[in-house]
Amino acid sequence: MAEQQLALRVEDVTKRFPGVLANNDINFDLEKGEIHALLGENGAGKTTLMNIIYGLYKPDDGKITINGEEVVLHDPNDAIRRGIGMVHQHFMLVPVMTVTENVMLGNEKTTTNFLHMLAPLDRKRIAREITQLADQHNLKVDPSAYVRDLPVGTQQRVEIIKALHRGAEILILDEPTAVLTPQEADELFDIMRSLTQKGKSIIFITHKLKEVLAIADRITVLRGGQVVGSAIPSETSEHELASMMVGRDVLLEVEKSEAMPGDVVLDVTDLIAEDDLGHQVVRGVSFEVRAGEILGVAGVQGNGQREMVEALTGLRRAVGGHITLLGENITRSQPRHITDIGSAHVPEDRHKHGLVLPFTVADNLVLNAYHVEPFSKQFFVNRAAIDANADRLVQEFDVRTPSIETPASSLSGGNQQKTIVARELSHATVKLLIVNQPTRGLDVGSIEFIHKRIVQARDNGVAVLLISAELDEIMGLADRIAVMYSGRIVATVPAEGADRNRLGLLMAGAEVSSEINTLM
Amino acid sequence: MMDEKFFIGLLALAFVKATPITLGALTGIYSERSGIINIGIEGTMLVAAFTSFIVSVVSQNLWVGLLGGMLAGGLVSLLLAVLSIRYKVNQIIAGMVINLLAIGVTNYATRVYIDTSGIAGIGVLPKWRIPLLMDIPILGPILFQHQPLVYFMFGLVVLTHYVMFYTPWGLRTRAVGEHPRAADTVGIPVNPMRYASTVIGGLIAGMAGSFLVVEAVGSFQKMMTTGRGFIALAVMIFGRWNPFGALVAALLFGFAEALGVRLQLGDINNIQALVYLTGLGMLLGGTIQMITDFVKKKETRSKIIAGMVAITGLIAAILGQTLTFPPTVIPFQFLGILPYVLTILVLTGMVRGAAAPAAEGVVYEKQ
Ligand SMILES: Nc1ncnc2c1ncn2[C@@H]1O[C@H](COP(=O)(O)OP(=O)(O)OP(=O)(O)O)[C@@H](O)[C@H]1O
Ligand SMILES: [Mg+2]
Repeated sequence: MAEQQLALRVEDVTKRFPGVLANNDINFDLEKGEIHALLGENGAGKTTLMNIIYGLYKPDDGKITINGEEVVLHDPNDAIRRGIGMVHQHFMLVPVMTVTENVMLGNEKTTTNFLHMLAPLDRKRIAREITQLADQHNLKVDPSAYVRDLPVGTQQRVEIIKALHRGAEILILDEPTAVLTPQEADELFDIMRSLTQKGKSIIFITHKLKEVLAIADRITVLRGGQVVGSAIPSETSEHELASMMVGRDVLLEVEKSEAMPGDVVLDVTDLIAEDDLGHQVVRGVSFEVRAGEILGVAGVQGNGQREMVEALTGLRRAVGGHITLLGENITRSQPRHITDIGSAHVPEDRHKHGLVLPFTVADNLVLNAYHVEPFSKQFFVNRAAIDANADRLVQEFDVRTPSIETPASSLSGGNQQKTIVARELSHATVKLLIVNQPTRGLDVGSIEFIHKRIVQARDNGVAVLLISAELDEIMGLADRIAVMYSGRIVATVPAEGADRNRLGLLMAGAEVSSEINTLM
Repeated sequence: MMDEKFFIGLLALAFVKATPITLGALTGIYSERSGIINIGIEGTMLVAAFTSFIVSVVSQNLWVGLLGGMLAGGLVSLLLAVLSIRYKVNQIIAGMVINLLAIGVTNYATRVYIDTSGIAGIGVLPKWRIPLLMDIPILGPILFQHQPLVYFMFGLVVLTHYVMFYTPWGLRTRAVGEHPRAADTVGIPVNPMRYASTVIGGLIAGMAGSFLVVEAVGSFQKMMTTGRGFIALAVMIFGRWNPFGALVAALLFGFAEALGVRLQLGDINNIQALVYLTGLGMLLGGTIQMITDFVKKKETRSKIIAGMVAITGLIAAILGQTLTFPPTVIPFQFLGILPYVLTILVLTGMVRGAAAPAAEGVVYEKQ
């Protein structure tokens, strides 16, 4: 194709980190007005490549051409000036600032140009420009709202506006849908389509193959830092893409046998919990989970799931109700005690509750057991046992890390998640497994693997409570499905023969009012 | 006894005493808003005080002395910044190092050069009486008959508020202190911002230290900062890293210190004054809290507690005014600890949930 059609061209780019070749001789291009999807396993080097294009990392080797002109990017300013905008995998917004402040940060407008850095900020003008952009691209957002008060979907719009406001023509979206509800994801796709119609070009990273097939114009697949293939959506399938990514056949559906529920392990009655602002967000939840079964809690994020899980794991004080684990009342117990009785927890926020980021992978793998044998004896930790444990788990769970001494902070997002799952699933005395969004941000191969391990745990008699915003995940894994809406469990149905549409409606709160009507 | 003149004198003195504390808190605001924890304010002030003394004696000019003190403050803060950013020393430890170093160096230098030679100071800066404004009844003597640095302090509070919240510079400083990576991704140089902000803070700490010499005392004495740098930290936290919040908090401390000084004169019944003023304080605090509770629609329990505090305060104030108290004189050492006791109370009771800049104390590493 003609050279001037290309918005961006990357040639032979290589990037090394200590112990890893993150990008190996990568060639990639982006046409004007297209959506080019970038697929690849966790740690394949997608984010690294994008950070290079955005000027955050310097490539060790290779050439970048933007709009036909070869460029050397020293820092993000260089990239921004050439029309590149990036929405990062982990948002780059300052929570305590307003939308307006976040949008203008680094690109401030002032009422006078005299002594620009110390002149009064022109917030009104920026707010006006935000509203304009928002109208133009259908990105609804209130310029004066504080970012910390916004749901993730809206925060993402702020990120997009931030990029557009700097005049971005090439937009990089790094796993934008990982944290979105299905509705929010659909809205995002509409936005993306309207952006390309207005001539913008988009690089779209995701692990969800359905999305790729639905929206991409072209697909490129990375594995181990190299380009291993490319495809056109109309000529490929989920299965083909999955095996291209992982290098082997992947089962997209979970294989499992009939559940054999045993004794009640977790019994929750009338649980009430409040969020950080003191609003009641769990409003009288009751359920039980038996040994050898998976109870799936479906629901759009923000309907009390997080607070419920925190109450169950001792991270949050329940305001009312009872929680019984293996016959013991744990309503007011400490997290350590609950863990020691036999509960394992894969938290929703891997950075906040799942890992100690500056600690090594080895240390992170014993956070739940470092205080007991064999990891500590009397007053000392046993390094040899900790390292042996890490070697084994890294192997078994395929955590891609240069070494077990690498700090968790430098793993790719998916490998951080695998580290947590490895730790919790390998917990010696586990009787109850609480998994909250266990596969968020994981590639299809890892999802398959983790699903298998969860089913395996169930078959070994562990009671599993699975919370997920992915209806597919819930329907594939759970034996029974509870739908949570607005702090209540509005329905519990057997997974066998559950109706997808009805679950979707329940999640959206559709039947709540009618059920109340029938009660009256 | 406790008449109008007493109150006017007390409040005017409170502003004087609040000056170095407010300036110290502004130092903290500049460096901590950018993400560098600064507990070396005390030491920075001490070095600045010493330098301003020497420079003013040598140059025979108090203004030049002030300038010297500020530069010294800037340099000491530059040391803090280099230790924290370049060498990634734990910032609490770096601050403590500066405090200990400052005490050691100034004590030694004082013993060797000042004590032996008996250099005398060259006095203090004269008051600037603002024409017209100084004649306003009550407010005039409280606000407009001060030495220059008191006015400078007010100016810096306003200026800092403007810079932090209304300019690109301030927006960037705050972003760097809250989320350095986000700042980096929009092309803001994180570490240079931190250096600049910490050094600006150091210049202000220099002014705070110099104040003690060129306005308050007129000469240098060993350890003359007596913990004001630490009180400034408490004030910064109490004021939630905001300049005006810090000013209000510093005035509270300044008032406590002024009261201690005033009561030492012995012409006023100490117990009566304490009861009366504590009562007034509780009445004021309780009322303000109650109003904010109503405005912010807080829970009833909080409103009731605030109301009870206010009523207790009112009763105490009335009792303090009407009852006769036995003429006890509290030893002046006890009166002197008032601000420190207040610091402990504030730090234990009131700073819960104070929102420090999120990336404070965390070194930013670029890939
Ligand atoms: N700052 C860093 N320091 C050291 N190693 C890094 C750093 N960033 C990434 N890596 C390594 O480079 C490799 C590629 O990581 P990258 O984040 O690009 O993967 P990814 O394809 O985005 O994966 P994911 O889908 O999990 O987000 C990984 O092995 C990762 O451990
Ligand atoms: Mg990534």
